Amino acid sequence: MLPEFDFLTPNSLAEALAWLAQRAGDAAPVAGGTNIVPDLRSGRHAPKALVDLSRLAELKGIRREDGYVVAGGGVTIAELLGSPLVRSSARPLFEAARLFANPLIRNRATLAGNLADASPAADSAPPLLALDAEVELVSQAGTRRVSLVEFFTGVRRTVRRTDEILAAVRWPVPEPEAAFGYTKLGLRRADAISVVSAAVCLVPAPDGACSRARIALGSVAPVPMRARAAEAFLTGRPLSAETIAEAARMAAGEASPISDLRATSGYRKRVAEVIVRRLLAEAARTPQPQES
Amino acid sequence: MEAKVIHLTVNGRAHRALVEPNLSLLHVLRELLGYTDVKNGCEKGDCGACTVILNGKAVNSCLVLAWQAEGAVVVTDTGLGTLEHPHPVQEAFADLGAAQCGYCTPGMVVSAKALLDENPHPSEAEIREALSGNLCRCTGYGQIVHAVQLAAEKMVTAESAENAEEKTR
Ligand SMILES: Cc1cc2nc3c(=O)[nH]c(=O)nc-3n(C[C@H](O)[C@H](O)[C@H](O)COP(=O)(O)OP(=O)(O)OC[C@H]3O[C@@H](n4cnc5c(N)ncnc54)[C@H](O)[C@@H]3O)c2cc1C
Ligand code: FES
Ligand code: FES
Repeated sequence: MLPEFDFLTPNSLAEALAWLAQRAGDAAPVAGGTNIVPDLRSGRHAPKALVDLSRLAELKGIRREDGYVVAGGGVTIAELLGSPLVRSSARPLFEAARLFANPLIRNRATLAGNLADASPAADSAPPLLALDAEVELVSQAGTRRVSLVEFFTGVRRTVRRTDEILAAVRWPVPEPEAAFGYTKLGLRRADAISVVSAAVCLVPAPDGACSRARIALGSVAPVPMRARAAEAFLTGRPLSAETIAEAARMAAGEASPISDLRATSGYRKRVAEVIVRRLLAEAARTPQPQES
Repeated sequence: MEAKVIHLTVNGRAHRALVEPNLSLLHVLRELLGYTDVKNGCEKGDCGACTVILNGKAVNSCLVLAWQAEGAVVVTDTGLGTLEHPHPVQEAFADLGAAQCGYCTPGMVVSAKALLDENPHPSEAEIREALSGNLCRCTGYGQIVHAVQLAAEKMVTAESAENAEEKTR
């Protein structure tokens, strides 16, 4: 049995925003329900009202717009998987969608729900961080864009105000020479929560040095994170096996994982280093050093 | 929190039900409308016993709030076939003994049907992936995978027979 709540069914985004403003603080959006319904049942979340976003056409669709790909917040993980634009312009996000939960959950789970829930293990986050994505937060006061790195502030905490809806996620169409990688490590092959996940992006300069690096990690810190020091270290350096190994060590050093029922902190750090090294080596097409 | 009447078409039959907003689609189907083939395993999205096809997509009905399903078309396991005319997936499950206690079976059948609609020639890996949201505590999955393979063969054979018949007409 679920606790009692009012259920509001807006017919437009404007109406949804009006409800959220009016019930400031005690209303929460619901989309696919795959996080919030179990949370209501367990008592972890107890809003007095739910505002149903699952029917809003304004939150649907994936399109190209002035050099960006824009995905509506209500796009489901299954829709990401079926999108040629995501496949071609957001390879790590496509890979993450393939490994996301299971087909039943993917048919309901939305992109905005995944990000707004702000679990350290939210699987869409590392790929979107590697793609330099930003989110569009809409309220009656207007629209603001926040880069995804700044969106997450703590375990299940974000900069989103309670009157705001995450209406869209956008990222620049990557340059053709950008190379990506993504890995998710779970306790089993399908339908698993990430123990560690990572997405990388490397853009080589004409001389073969690295002109831009992104290293994003999931489940190794209170928030999905970017390994900024490792990224800075790579930038401007030739992508040799030694450089990559050092960057992977630095990235693991930037992580602050916890121990939980899935893995210990030490294991997560060790594995994060190995995963990042392999992904970078693959993206840079450098031969892999001997496993240590 | 007030109840309201919601409209659902389940296995081709139109229903109206007076429903409070804090009920799941699973609860409405099972407890209010009597579709007891939709099973309640965990009520948190983990087991797939409650799988139904909602507006064309296989979903966990325990995670859908009933009011979100207003006006929806729902298909459950019993909507796929009858004892006299079972769906090829149902027939294959029965023929191969792909069930023990049977609790997971309606959900498995619905997920398998959704797979074969999209991909008539799935590999074993694709079958296992497609059923990854449906847990079985009894069988070990081997016979279930075989049953889906058998159903796929039957459906493809039936379809090519139909096509041949059309050509000779
Ligand atoms: C069995 C199972 C397996 C899972 N596996 C994975 C997995 O592999 N990887 C993974 O990352 N997650 C997984 N999840 C978690 C969940 O499915 C995802 O986080 C999903 O993307 C949540 O989206 P939703 O639409 O269902 O969100 P909901 O449950 O509807 O909402 C989640 C939160 O986001 C808020 N919200 C929703 N939409 C908006 C919006 N547009 N604007 C502002 N706030 C909004 C809600 O108020 C709520 O706080 C799993 C869940 C289950 C039950
Ligand atoms: S009862 Fe819905 S997934 Fe278990
Ligand atoms: S047959 Fe018993 S749970 Fe699958």
